[in-house]
Amino acid sequence: MDFLLSSLSDGLLIGFIYGVAAMGLTLIFGVMDVINLAHGPIIALGMFGIYLTFNNIGLQPYIGLILVAAIGLLLGIIIYLIVVRRVLDAPHLSTLLATFSVNMIIIGLGTAYFSTAPYNVDFSLGRVSLGPITLLGTRVIGALAAILVTIGLYLFLYRTRPGRYIRAVANNRNAAELMGVPSNKILALSFGLGTMLAAFSGGLIATFFPFTILAGGSYELKSFVICVLGGMGNPIGALLGGLILGLIEGIIPTIMETTWVPVVEFALFVIILLVRPSGLLGAKK
Amino acid sequence: MAAEETEPMEEPATEEVTLVVGFTSSITGKYEAESGRQVRGFNLWMGQVNEAGGTTLSDGTVVKFESVTYDDESTKERVQELYTRLATEDNADLMISPYSSGLTAAASVIAEQYGKVMITTGAADDNNYMQGYTQVFQIYTPASRYLAGAVDLLAATDPTISKVAFVYENDNFSTSVVEAANAYAQELGYDIVLYEGYASDTTDFAPFINKIVDSGAEAILGGGHFQDGSTFARQISEKGIDINYLALLVAPPEPAFADLGEAALGVIGPSQWEPLAAYTPEFGPSSNEFINAYMAAFEGEEPSYHSAGGYAAGLVLQKAIEDADSTDPVAIKNALDAMDMLTFFGSIKFDTTPEAHGLQIGHSMIYIQWQEAEGGLIKQVVWPAEGSTAEVLYPIP
Repeated sequence: MDFLLSSLSDGLLIGFIYGVAAMGLTLIFGVMDVINLAHGPIIALGMFGIYLTFNNIGLQPYIGLILVAAIGLLLGIIIYLIVVRRVLDAPHLSTLLATFSVNMIIIGLGTAYFSTAPYNVDFSLGRVSLGPITLLGTRVIGALAAILVTIGLYLFLYRTRPGRYIRAVANNRNAAELMGVPSNKILALSFGLGTMLAAFSGGLIATFFPFTILAGGSYELKSFVICVLGGMGNPIGALLGGLILGLIEGIIPTIMETTWVPVVEFALFVIILLVRPSGLLGAKK
Repeated sequence: MAAEETEPMEEPATEEVTLVVGFTSSITGKYEAESGRQVRGFNLWMGQVNEAGGTTLSDGTVVKFESVTYDDESTKERVQELYTRLATEDNADLMISPYSSGLTAAASVIAEQYGKVMITTGAADDNNYMQGYTQVFQIYTPASRYLAGAVDLLAATDPTISKVAFVYENDNFSTSVVEAANAYAQELGYDIVLYEGYASDTTDFAPFINKIVDSGAEAILGGGHFQDGSTFARQISEKGIDINYLALLVAPPEPAFADLGEAALGVIGPSQWEPLAAYTPEFGPSSNEFINAYMAAFEGEEPSYHSAGGYAAGLVLQKAIEDADSTDPVAIKNALDAMDMLTFFGSIKFDTTPEAHGLQIGHSMIYIQWQEAEGGLIKQVVWPAEGSTAEVLYPIP
């Protein structure tokens, strides 16, 4: 029982981070029907952002995260304006190839600068013991930060004018444009927010796991599973999907070898696609 | 007449031969740390031999060396491609293995296929030498003998311990080490309460640590390479689990392991070589000479056993050429078969049976532990007892 509780708590904490990473992917898909294949490298850039601000400038990682998020937002807007905008109305394959090219560019530049060697942010917040459960400070703060970001995103989307514009564009871009919504700016902002969330989640992961420039790939794959689980284009569904995936990662090791985790995760991916393709909370209409 | 006067002045013509030594290094990828040191060790040997005027054969031929090397990105695919290129386009005369058993397995096939003598270093997996190869020679103690001493040390330190967990990287080398250590531990009567591998790119060890706690293990053996091993040790320490004994492969002997701080304290690791090891070499430099030259050449970097292995690989090639008194590949191969020498790295002798040709049978492991010293942590040799420099720190604080 202690084992199960420890595993579940670890899984749940990492699940929040998975949720934020997937929210970035699902937000972009929901607003503009683009599957962002540069999602993984942007997560990795978030990791390196924290590494550089912590090691070179001496910034506390959670302050560094603000900088990483701001750069993530800006980077997303730039990627949208230079690459995505031009192929937005082309067939899906064009946007896939365009974002895949961005993926390759980031990985290429990152490899040239950082190599593919592992890096580590040597930062600890100690641990908290609650009976049989030992929680690491960095993971607890990571989960809290993920919750705050989710609340912030929710408030932004539902309580601000740009947020309402984003939802309007996601529902029907043509109708939104007819109502005077500056769709191009809103699409750029949405792509920026998506990459900001990816970079932010990468920054959180860097506070407790080592990473390489290729490390975002596995989180990108998990994000796909989560998006399908929670419903493509549904940010709240993404958080729920992240938590479910985290719990699965917590439960599987208690009943079988840990190497089975990806097998179960991707089997679930296929099952959801077959049985409930709209995800648990329903995909965007 | 003039010719008769000048003839005695002429030096007998000495032929200079430059042998091309081909290898790949992991400039990028997960083996960057270990491979970098291995290559620096090899380059130091090559620089020293060439600066000293090369190796002279009995017929006056001076043999010098030059290397051709590429980045294998720590992947088998690149190794296969690049060793083929080394053999066919760069016309390498001799080869050194890449770092790691997995990459070396890929390189060995190519070396054997093109009939190139290859000295393997940083590659301990026994299986590579059970393939019927005749050109591949290992200088590391084989994986099957890697953790046996750690089990012996545990038995000698605390006979009351009975529950052991093996958590290891799922690659050729680590699996082969742990299979042998597991069999040996069971032979000694240990109860193996957990035996599980992890993927090479694992960064989250929480599931394994939770399993270790649940299993009631008192000792952990396993690990794999530097990155995963140091992450594993760090996360064990962060979780603060109650464990008495932790022995991991590869990572602990690396000087950079001390950067983990208190997470490194008490961790034991098998090492192919340590600066403290006081062998009296029959060939090549002493340990101190090697260490001083290495630190002078590489900005004060302390050599690890990977560095020493790289240097020793060059030394073995040099000795084989001197023993063969020839640069003929067949003669060099025969000299390696007959080799039995003591270097600063330890004894070197190869199995010559068809079943395990090239397997190292002369060299043995030593076991280090990170202990507290004034101003930080230092490595101490804790096993074998006759070579130890300090009492083992037990249980882990």
